[in-house]
Amino acid sequence: MLNVGLDILGLARFQFGMTTVFHFFFVPFSIGLAFVVAVMETMYAIKGDKDYKKMAQFWGKIFLYSFAVGVVTGIIQEFQFGMNWSEYSRFMGDIFGAPLAIEALAAFFMESTFIGMWMFTWNRFNKWVHVLFIWLVMFGSSLSALWILAANSFMQNPLGYIINQKTGHVQMVDFGAIVGNPQLWNEFPHVIFGSFVTAAFVIAGCAAWRLLKKDHVTFYRKSLQVALVIGLIFSLGSIASGDTQMRYLLNNQPMKVGAMEGLYKNSTEKGEWTAIAGFDTKAHKTTWSVDIPYVLNLLSYHKLTGTVEGMNQANKELHAKYDKKFGKDINYYVPTNTLFWSFRIMSGASALFALLAIVGLFMNRKKSQAIMNQRWFLYIMGLCLWLPFIVNTCGWFITEFGRYPWVVYGLLTIADAVSPNVSVASLLTSNIVYFLMFAGMGLVMIVLSHRTLKAGPDADNTDGYSASDAEIDPYSKGAFNHD
Amino acid sequence: MTNLQLLWFILIGVLFSGFFFLEGFDFGVGMLIKSFAKDDAERDVVIRTIGPHWDGNEVWLITAGGAMFASFPMWYATLFSGFYLVLFLILACLIFRGVSFEFRANMQTQTWKTFWEWAGTIGSGLAAFLFGMLFTAMIKGMPIDKNGDMTAHFTDYVNLFSIVGGVAVTVLCLVHGLNFIRLKTEGGLRDRARAWNRILYPVLFAGEVVFAILLYFSTDFFTKKPLSTTLIVVFLVIVTALAYWGVLGNHEWLSFVGSGLSLISVVVLIFNGLFPRVMVANNPAYSLLIKDSSNSPYTLHLMTILTFSILPIVLVYFIWSYWVFYKRLASPKQSA
Ligand code: HDD
Ligand code: HEM
Ligand code: HEM
Repeated sequence: MLNVGLDILGLARFQFGMTTVFHFFFVPFSIGLAFVVAVMETMYAIKGDKDYKKMAQFWGKIFLYSFAVGVVTGIIQEFQFGMNWSEYSRFMGDIFGAPLAIEALAAFFMESTFIGMWMFTWNRFNKWVHVLFIWLVMFGSSLSALWILAANSFMQNPLGYIINQKTGHVQMVDFGAIVGNPQLWNEFPHVIFGSFVTAAFVIAGCAAWRLLKKDHVTFYRKSLQVALVIGLIFSLGSIASGDTQMRYLLNNQPMKVGAMEGLYKNSTEKGEWTAIAGFDTKAHKTTWSVDIPYVLNLLSYHKLTGTVEGMNQANKELHAKYDKKFGKDINYYVPTNTLFWSFRIMSGASALFALLAIVGLFMNRKKSQAIMNQRWFLYIMGLCLWLPFIVNTCGWFITEFGRYPWVVYGLLTIADAVSPNVSVASLLTSNIVYFLMFAGMGLVMIVLSHRTLKAGPDADNTDGYSASDAEIDPYSKGAFNHD
Repeated sequence: MTNLQLLWFILIGVLFSGFFFLEGFDFGVGMLIKSFAKDDAERDVVIRTIGPHWDGNEVWLITAGGAMFASFPMWYATLFSGFYLVLFLILACLIFRGVSFEFRANMQTQTWKTFWEWAGTIGSGLAAFLFGMLFTAMIKGMPIDKNGDMTAHFTDYVNLFSIVGGVAVTVLCLVHGLNFIRLKTEGGLRDRARAWNRILYPVLFAGEVVFAILLYFSTDFFTKKPLSTTLIVVFLVIVTALAYWGVLGNHEWLSFVGSGLSLISVVVLIFNGLFPRVMVANNPAYSLLIKDSSNSPYTLHLMTILTFSILPIVLVYFIWSYWVFYKRLASPKQSA
């Protein structure tokens, strides 16, 4: 599937995939948790109910673990463009650098400053001021997502640029077009909604496991309630925004859509939707399939008629368009199986999320004990806690493998983007070390969260630091000098 | 070279200065977790001094990297791919120390607590050393080809000059961290930090002198820009001396500002020497020049507007967050 060899290109691609996927386990989790925690703390501020404060502090701890790992893996992201993709950096610098720098300036400073404020000032400020901190963290991390996605959207759908004739590199001519890229405004809501879904179902899953043990029932039922309300709203939001994305891609990247829907040939007027299928990717053929008529057209066009372009035709069009510049030998087919199954996992999971949320909310009604008696449901909920991470990865697999063979659509191929001067040995070493570090950090993350859950909401919430302020008034004269 | 290009060259220097000033004491405090702090309670306090700040401080590095990409992508590409292994090690260090604070606080067995303490200590120390080494190797001149690709061998990175540079930066960060602890704590830790710095400063002086001598022989700084280079070196020694005086006479702010200025003057020394280049090649014809390495005027213009409108706001809340944590932390009883 990954189709990588032990050469610079293969290793650099593997490294990019591995590090970004790992970064993106924690990113949506952090963005989402910041949101859920902010909601909880706001409810505390409004209602004055101490349980909500406890909830914010408790889930806030897990948020801090996730944030720490998200931050350190993010630094790799920022550096690896220069390290592994120097040709890409030269080619794209004029466009890519700007959003990246603005991200750091506008978003990362905000996040990192206010997370420190939030963490260490629980009893120092008025509760409304303290709530504001976590909302600013949430706002900062969404802003960071916006800017990085702006860069990613350019790669999917370049706009607002010219090619500099002297250097052959892209050059920005219209910043407005880069920020206004429709790809971006389709991608951004979907990513943010997906993040909220991620946090909501992880919290719901954790709460479900504790409820199975009949541990702190009121506390976890309340947490479950908040999580499921958010989960329901945003899984519907994910579906709606995913649908918009799909319809946008129909015009923009037909090859991607063809692979997601498993269509080699153009679909017929009857709009048969392939539920599951097997593919012969060498011969570009579907070997077997289970089809349902009309669904494809309903999904793609929201009506019964019309046809969807298949990969074979998309391939022809791409050759016609790009052969003059890139030669005949490029393979434009994208990894069909990966896209096809990723898409089925993603959309299937969305339906499952919405369903779970509805059933869960029904069972968790204030007066009812149904949620405590229906243990099977809690088991399913608990298992689904891993699903959002898989779904997010699937979504990115579609986006990123689906733009094969380009790094920048129609402008730069992957093979031309890699650093020519980095040795295979270096890349191999870094791949192995990153892998081990990620495995270690992931493990610690899981163990810590597990332990926090077991210790329960009444455990010490000072986050392990026992330091206290000195008994001197810092503003008094001489406070900063010995006498 | 256009004015915008010059401005951005300076801005990159400013961002790296900010990074070294701030992350300098983070690195220093990080190095002290193991040996300086004597027990768990003291380690809590030592780590807590940078607890609310280290992530924000690291963002200066990220901003510097991002700004480099946004203004001089050729520089970014050559530097980052050329120093692949060094940067990779730096990343590993930053990762280990970044998670170590949070992880350590939540470990239950002493063995694991100790593990993360070492991760923080070594990660901080090695990162400081590697940064020093990278910048020293960079100004010495590297094998760069016509395309701007650098293929360096082990001895290009690691040689007497770069090791001395690395050690000097490490010691600088260490004294800076101690000066920070003197400002942020009260009691035993505060006194001990001063005692340590009394010993470390003479070492630092020696390091600076050796570095200056090697700088003379290994780079073209003194031949190309004799006056400014000499002035900066002299300035470096003077601020170090002032900081030392602040240690002896117990003026804590003076020491802290002094060690911070020493770090900044190292950055200024490097950027002054580089100008008008951004990368020095062994073969002068292939050195990367400011005028050839930048983005288009459009992008530079855009970035200038955005930076000057966002940065002031950032600075306000950044500084405010230090203000909020202005209070000193008490040293644990047993060591007071
Ligand atoms: C929990 C998260 C989650 C959920 C429930 C969904 N998605 Fe998704 N999807 C993502 C998380 C995600 C993502 C990881 O965030 C991606 C990767 C890139 C992007 O924009 O979002 C993504 C990408 C992505 C793409 C590719 C966009 C592109 O290449 O430009 C499409 C077409 C869809 N999604 C469609 C859907 C549909 C039709 C869904 C529901 C029926 C759905 N997604 C649910
Ligand atoms: C938003 C900013 C992103 C940018 C600028 C970006 C850019 C890139 C680049 C340059 C590559 C290497 C070239 C290639 O193989 O196509 C790549 C590959 C890849 N990316 Fe992204 N990416 C982004 C986000 C993500 C995220 C969040 C994920 C997943 C969680 C992801 C998943 C992958 C995968 C799996 C590959 C490997 C594809 C392959 O090997 O061909 N990307 N991306
Ligand atoms: C491949 C391109 C990417 C780069 C260069 C990158 C860069 C970074 C960096 C440097 C950090 C650390 C910031 C700090 O120290 O505070 C970070 C963290 C973060 N990144 Fe990424 N990132 C990438 C992909 C993404 C994507 C695709 C998203 C969101 C859609 C994202 C969202 C975030 C968020 C929210 C954080 C904060 C840490 C956390 O919440 O866990 N990043 N990233």
